[in-house]
Amino acid sequence: MKPVPLLSDGRPSQLGIRLKSLLVGNGSRSAIIGRTSLLLAILFAIAWILFIAAPPTESGVGNWRTTTFGAAVHDPRDFLFTLLNTVTYAGLLFVVASGFTLVFGLMRVVNMAHGSFFLLAGYIGVRLQKSFAHAGVFGLSSSQVSLWKDWVLPLVIAVLVVSGTGLIVQQLLLRWNQGQELRQALITIALSLIIADQIVAHFVRGGAETMAWPNVLGPDKQLAIGSFTYPWSRLFMLLVAIGIGLGLLLWLHQTRTGLVIRAGVDDRHMVRALGIHIERVFAIAFVVGAALAGLGGVIGASFAAVDSGVDGQWLLNSLVVVIIGGMGSLGGAAVGALLYAFMSNFAAVYVPTTGPNCCTQYSIILTFALLVIVLAIRPYGLFGRPA
Amino acid sequence: MRTALLVRPSLNRSIATGAFVLVALGPLVFSSVWVSFILTQVFWYAIAASSLIFLSAYGGMTSLAQVSIYGVAGMVLGNTVTTGETKGLNLGLSPWIGLVAGIAIATAVALLLGAVASRSTGIYFLMLTLSFAVMVNYFFGQVTVVSGFGGIGGIQNHTPFGRPDLHANRLYYIALVTAIGVYALLRYVLRTPFGLVLQGIRDDPVRMSSLGYNVALHKTLAFGLAGFVASLSGVLFVWWNNQISPSSMDITAALNLLVIAVIGGLNRLEGAWVGAFVFVIVSDYAQSVGFLRGIGLTQTRFETLIGLVFLVIVLLSPNGLLGIWEWVRAAVTRVARQMRGRKDEPPQASPA
Repeated sequence: MKPVPLLSDGRPSQLGIRLKSLLVGNGSRSAIIGRTSLLLAILFAIAWILFIAAPPTESGVGNWRTTTFGAAVHDPRDFLFTLLNTVTYAGLLFVVASGFTLVFGLMRVVNMAHGSFFLLAGYIGVRLQKSFAHAGVFGLSSSQVSLWKDWVLPLVIAVLVVSGTGLIVQQLLLRWNQGQELRQALITIALSLIIADQIVAHFVRGGAETMAWPNVLGPDKQLAIGSFTYPWSRLFMLLVAIGIGLGLLLWLHQTRTGLVIRAGVDDRHMVRALGIHIERVFAIAFVVGAALAGLGGVIGASFAAVDSGVDGQWLLNSLVVVIIGGMGSLGGAAVGALLYAFMSNFAAVYVPTTGPNCCTQYSIILTFALLVIVLAIRPYGLFGRPA
Repeated sequence: MRTALLVRPSLNRSIATGAFVLVALGPLVFSSVWVSFILTQVFWYAIAASSLIFLSAYGGMTSLAQVSIYGVAGMVLGNTVTTGETKGLNLGLSPWIGLVAGIAIATAVALLLGAVASRSTGIYFLMLTLSFAVMVNYFFGQVTVVSGFGGIGGIQNHTPFGRPDLHANRLYYIALVTAIGVYALLRYVLRTPFGLVLQGIRDDPVRMSSLGYNVALHKTLAFGLAGFVASLSGVLFVWWNNQISPSSMDITAALNLLVIAVIGGLNRLEGAWVGAFVFVIVSDYAQSVGFLRGIGLTQTRFETLIGLVFLVIVLLSPNGLLGIWEWVRAAVTRVARQMRGRKDEPPQASPA
């Protein structure tokens, strides 16, 4: 057996060695094999998407290379479309997951009710929009929805309600048992059960419901480049995400509260010992986290739909994004969101289908594979650190 | 003092013995609804919950993936034994093969998940296993070859012991014996060197690692053992329920199992039984309590009710009902001792 060098990690070294260690690892033989095969798998996936995949045939009977669109060289249009879908979906993922990761990073609270906050805001948005815009039996189309009154106002109210809920939860239930991670997680699990059931009792009216985008973002508003068109509403999601990301960066790096939060992420006991009122900062962070879930919920209700069960889906989305990216890291949330969105969007159309009637979705399996690979290489996520 | 120490275990033990005698007499004591519906349900819930408690109390790994493991066992069993009347593979093999295949594949899946999760601890472990649970749920929902959203039905036609709906007592005793066997097995494992190392890892993984124990391997094997236990529960569940669908292992089901374990007591194996019993009773009888109906908590709002119970227990007693029970016992003993002490003491020692 080869001895494992004691100080193999973290030693300053020359660029060539760094690069070599990044590519093939510097540990045991199995690690080298693992990293090499991972690299080959990534290269193969890229080659597959760009060149190898075959377009669907006229008869509908494909072979092992047949995918929904075929390779990017054959069908650059749909490739670009999938790519934009990935990036915009990653935007929404980032908005929701950044709230989750902020709360965890600072307070070590795993907010299992994050998905419930998302769904609560989504339903408040849907209900308010329907009553503000006087929706009939057939629902609303975007042309009936004005930007400020029927979309932004419901959004603001939903975000405020969810933030208030978050504040109450934090002050009543989480404040006094700081540091008992499992107990706090259990408390938020209990909350998520209660909120989910109350949403079913008061909001769900048989089936999925959608919030209409305002008229300026309606389905007829498309970005057109030549013959290629792309809906502005999805680009808007990306813009919101970039805005939130920049806002959070500025907040964390340019304000005093942000300074305290960053210090608290590193060592909250020391921050408290220095006489800083960290309890208030905890409350602020939790409210911001809930507000981000709420914002994501309203956008998600407009982009997709709300239904009972969506809360669990978005709790999973947030969990996977931050587990991949690393808990408590904003940059990690962005990278995790991109990777996760890439997996779920590209796997849906670039994994071979075996015929026209096939309905099996393999994206969930590939997402799981992504999670496993990341955790096998970095147990605390790509940008995470041990607690 | 000495008598208190002697009385202490014997009270718990006599309660346990009484409960055991009652359930062993089973059909002689209880009505058929209790036998076929409530108690059998309690048994398979208790088995699944004891796998969760075993991991949590003795391995320091609070897992939300136990429901997925039991779901895998049930799905494999369903796919293996059914003969064309339902979705899935409909392999039509012998029920015994289905039983063995279900347990074996579910245990293998548990070992795989355990290997992935074994390097994380505490709250990370909880999140990771929750992700596993939801992914397994989606897997069976989306991969139509093996299940699809509707799931697999008609499993009761293919059991090794006849139709459980016609022979409720058989399933009752199978579940009872399995549950007791699981309890004995887990108690035994905890006393073996493996179990002791596992508890050492729970308390201080770094020290155990420096003593030369393979921490990740022990955690993986513990997860595999718990997966085996959970798969037994899954087999009993499909026999009892006749069908299994992705919703049997969704996030609500995963949380319900955690609720059972927490209500009973997350730090003792016996908690699984207490929690399962309370959970089933609450879910079946909540609607007949007038007060609860009066404040709008009926059967349809069961999740709210169970969520509130869960919340109150987590807030008041992290060790669940067993923790409350121990606290009450200790308080009673203390008061009794004080009263007795006051009586026994010579008068000059107590001026009051």
